[in-house]
Order: sequence, then C-alpha cells, then structure tokens
Amino acid sequence: MAILTENLPDSRGRFGRFGGRFVPETLMFALEQLTAAYLEAKSDPTFQKEFRQIMADYVGRPSRLYYAKRLTEHVGGAQIYFKREDLNHTGAHKINNAIGQALLTKRMGKTNIIAETGAGQHGVASATAGALLNLPCRVYMGSEDIRRQELNVFRMKAMGTQVVPVESGSKTLRDAVNEAMREWMATVENTHYIIGSVIGPHPFPMIVRDFQSVIGEETIAQSFEQFGTLPNVVVACVGGGSNAAGMFYPFIPYSEVELVGVEAGGRSCESGEHASTLSYGQPGVLHGTFSYVLQDHDGQTSPVHSVSAGLDYPGVGPEHAYWKEIQRVRYTSVGDRDALEGFALCSRLEGILPALETAHGIVETVRIAAKRPKHERVVLCFSGRGDKDCAEIARLLKL
Amino acid sequence: MSAIATELAKLKAKKQLAFIPFITAGDPDLETTVSAITTLVDQGANLIEIGFPFSDPVADGPIIQASYTRALEKGIKILDIFTRVQELTSRPDFHTPLVGMVSYSLIFRYGVAEFTFAAKSAGFAGLIVPDLPPEEADELSQATQSAELDLILLVTPTTTLERAKKIASLSRGFLYCVSIVGITGTQSAQQQSLQQYLERIRTVTDLPLCVGFGISQPEHIQRLQGLAEGAIVGSSLVRCLHEKGIEGLKQQAQKLAQATLPTQG
Repeated sequence: MAILTENLPDSRGRFGRFGGRFVPETLMFALEQLTAAYLEAKSDPTFQKEFRQIMADYVGRPSRLYYAKRLTEHVGGAQIYFKREDLNHTGAHKINNAIGQALLTKRMGKTNIIAETGAGQHGVASATAGALLNLPCRVYMGSEDIRRQELNVFRMKAMGTQVVPVESGSKTLRDAVNEAMREWMATVENTHYIIGSVIGPHPFPMIVRDFQSVIGEETIAQSFEQFGTLPNVVVACVGGGSNAAGMFYPFIPYSEVELVGVEAGGRSCESGEHASTLSYGQPGVLHGTFSYVLQDHDGQTSPVHSVSAGLDYPGVGPEHAYWKEIQRVRYTSVGDRDALEGFALCSRLEGILPALETAHGIVETVRIAAKRPKHERVVLCFSGRGDKDCAEIARLLKL
Repeated sequence: MSAIATELAKLKAKKQLAFIPFITAGDPDLETTVSAITTLVDQGANLIEIGFPFSDPVADGPIIQASYTRALEKGIKILDIFTRVQELTSRPDFHTPLVGMVSYSLIFRYGVAEFTFAAKSAGFAGLIVPDLPPEEADELSQATQSAELDLILLVTPTTTLERAKKIASLSRGFLYCVSIVGITGTQSAQQQSLQQYLERIRTVTDLPLCVGFGISQPEHIQRLQGLAEGAIVGSSLVRCLHEKGIEGLKQQAQKLAQATLPTQG
C-alpha cells in the first residue's frame, strides 16, 4: 500500500509532528510571503519550464544513472548503480536548489541573495546562480571553514560573490546559518535567503525538497528505461538531508523500494565525535524547525564531528525525522575511517573520485549489495565529486 | 493582577515609563549577574530581563550573542540560573519582577511544563520567548497560565494587525514591541514610523506596550514618552557591563532611568 505523504507538509509546515516555524516574529512576514510565492510558482507551468530549461542547458540534466560494473563485481552481490549528481555543473546536487530558489527570488521581485555554507558546495552553487541570474550574492561561512575550504572560497569570489567570515560560536556551518538568518531579518525586504538544505523553518524544507526531487524523479524514469523496474534499495548520505530528500521523496509511495539514509558516524558514537543526528540525537528545536537535534542536557547544541564537512551538522531536515518515525526510511551511520576506505575503493575501481559525503553512502551501498542476490539493484545517490576533499584526504591517508 | 501588570499600572498612573534593562545570566559569572541585578534595581529598574544563554540565538545581535558564548564557555547551566535567581528573589527586600528571556529550544528540551514550573519556583514573574510565533505557542501558553507566569510574545513592524491580535491574545503582562526590522543592538527606529506602529498595535490590545531592539540611549527612551509604557534596553547595557564592569553599568543605568521619568511642562 502506498504511504500518503505527498501532501506533506501541512499548512503549518508540519511533517507529522516535525517541522513548523520557530523563528522570531520579524521573519514571519517573509516566510508567509515566500510560501505564497512558492506555491504559486509551483503550479505555474512557465516557472517550471524555465527551471527545467536551465537544469537541462546549464546544469546538464538529466544526470546519468550509471551501472558501476567493477564495484558490483568486486562486491559480488546485488548490482550497484550511481545516480551521478557529481556530473552536474559545479559538481554536486546543490545547484538544483540554488537555481530554483534564485528563480524564485526574481519572481518575488527581490534583488539580492544570501546563503550559508559549510564545506562551500552550497556557497558555490548560490554564487553560480547569482552570477547566472544577475543577483548580487553574499555567502556566510564560518572562519574555520574558510580556512579549510580555500578552493571553494576562491570559486565563490571569482564569480563575484562576497564571502562573509562568521567569527561567532564554533565558527562553522551552524553559526553561518545563524548569521545568515540574522542578516535576512535585517534585509528581508529586498533579499532572499537561499537555504542550502531541507532544514530551517517552513517553507524551506518543502522548497528545497521539491527542487531536489528532480533527482528521484529522473532515477525512477531511468530505472524503468534501463532495467525495466524500480531498484530494490536506494541509498543516500544525510547531513541536513537535501540530496537524500530529493532522491527519496518520489520513491516514498513505492513501499517495495527500501530507502536507506547514511549519517556521519565520525570517530565514535560519543557526543561530539559524530554527526549522526537521527541515530543518536533526540527531538528538539534548532534553526527554526522541530526535528532531531544533537544537544546537551540543557538544550545547548552539541559539537559535531565528521571527516566530511558537508555532513557536519547537528540537526537534520524535519521530513527525515518524520520518515524515521513512520519507519519509511532506515537511517544508519558510517564512520570516518570507513568513509575514507569507501573513497579509495570507488576511486580505484570506478575511476570516480567521490565527495567524502558520498563516500559514506558508498560504504553502506557496498554493505547492502554484499548481502543481496545478483538480480537485485541498489542505487546510490552519488551526491558530489571529490575534488574539494582531495587535499584533506591526501593529508589523512598520507598519500 | 500579575506582578508585572501591577508594576506597569502603577507607573502608568505616575506617567512614568517602565525602565526594563536586560542582562545575560552568567556573563561573566552568576555572582556578577546578581550584583548587576541589585545595581539595576538601585538605579530604578522596574522590571529586569534575564537572558538565558543559548548556543544558537537567532533573534539576538552580536553583542548579546557574544555574552551568551562567554557564559556558556564558563559552563553555565539552566539549573544554576534558577538556583541563584531563587536565592535573590527570596530576599525579603527584593520586589522587582524578573522576566526570563529564553529560546524555545531550551524550554522544549527541559520540558515545557517542567521549565515553566521551575521558572515560577525560582521567582520569575514572566517569560519572553523570542523565537516562538503564536502558531506554535499553545502548549507554552497553557503551561505558563497554569504556573501563573506571564508569557510575553513579540510583535514587529512587519506584523499584520490580524497576527498582532493573535499574539496579544496569547500574551500577559505586556506586549513586547520590536521597534526595528532586524536584530538587537542595531540602529534605532524613525520617530514617525514608530508612533504610527505603536498606535496601530494599540488598536488591537489593551496590554501595556514595551518597546525593545534599537533602544540604547536616553534620547531613544525619551522619544517613547506618551507612546509606550516601557523601554527595554539590552545590548548597550550588556556591553557596558562587559567593558566597564558594575560601576559602568551603574552609571549607564542611572542615565537611562532618568530618561523614563515624565518630562516637565
């Protein structure tokens, strides 16, 4: 039986008990304006056509569904397929959402965009959309992340984006989100905040999921074309959860397809050593939404760790919390060391350098495929390419 | 009537604005917070807002956020705040209503009913929750009512009248009117738009209106005479305490309190 979740979130932005809006009143006007503008755009064929056109001509969609033959043979179990989001322009799935929201910005008559970024992928995607659609862009980035992600900082600057260092708190992604939201409060009349994942107050989790759903929709169509049926299992890595939400959402009604989300297990399951929010966290409020969070006993956000900067987030999208609760998606975690091995394995056997986020998904995909018969198929959302991580991986593997 | 409502009614009768300073609990430590509170009372504070440090404040500007970070680095816990506040409020000569400024993230984790009960037991008179819109406020509204705590919600210049009405209906004690579009500790509002804004809000509520965000100087307070019932001063006092200690706080509070007195003639 199909699970009826297509109509979520409800009008209060809730996915079951998760989601909603926990923001200062100053933002409520902007969020309601955005909700109305988005719902209008969603049902406007002209807007959808423009989005699809840019996805095709500029981003290079549809991305390929690729049979990873050597990896499959190495594992000796189910057939492994990669949905190649790494082949998109700018090298990851983030561009789908950035372009969609930049188009929405224009539609609302706003003239500027801001964004937060951790590893820099969403910052680069927003900078790209800003350049393409002539929207001046400012990206908030923790000063610690700026130091670690020199290449992406350069890419953003080269495209004319102003990168604003965030010196508060832990100087990483969550502080960049705080700062971007604050900046948005002061500039909301002419500025749109392009949030980078399925997090934050309603309607952001819905908007980001919808723009990323092109991943899952293409995967379903390509599966029927290439092997005549749906895959048995679909795997995606989960930080905030945007590539996973975009991949899973169209599959939700097909209850015969197993969905698996992979979080960052970091060094261990001790607090502060991982970023596995759904595996080890509990329900709470962070960044304007009610979802799973990593907090201490007092409700203060816990430090998080992952070898992958893109998974290093102490919250997760509220729809994932809902899918966990209704047991539609299974969430698990993969540690730093295994992820590095996954990176090495995929690079050697397939000639594809995965992003470290994606490497977490590779490990779980291999584990699942190994236990399944050869006629079954496992699809991994190959969320991004590994160029940005090469310096860090070389340091860690002493290459 | 609640302690907050009583105090504000008394001041209104005297045509005096309420002086409502804000300080962060535990910046740099709770000893200092207690001295700061008594100093502010001596200087004429009518209500005092106590900020509960939070790791991810969104409504607060850089000055208050930095004070939260300093307090959290020293390992401050919610229980320590309640304990020290209780010691203070149980002194026979202490009568100033205290209002906790708390993120909903902290309240939810603590447990909504448990938090309101603990706050009431510690002697708080009310709670301001800056990141809780009325759509999500039902549970806390009920819990604060059963605990006999005033829940104080915020309206802003972008709030529609319809929303303002809903927000006011959930609020007790006073309505917190944010004077600017933005965060704490930034620029002040233009006089004319401020007047129109407060008059507009006045049409949907009988609650006293206290104005915060963008109030840092005596002249900002003077401008509220005849328009509002209270002036909330946060960032500038937090900065004063951090940079110049209790003595600096005392001098600044004195100047600000002076500005709340009715103007002659």
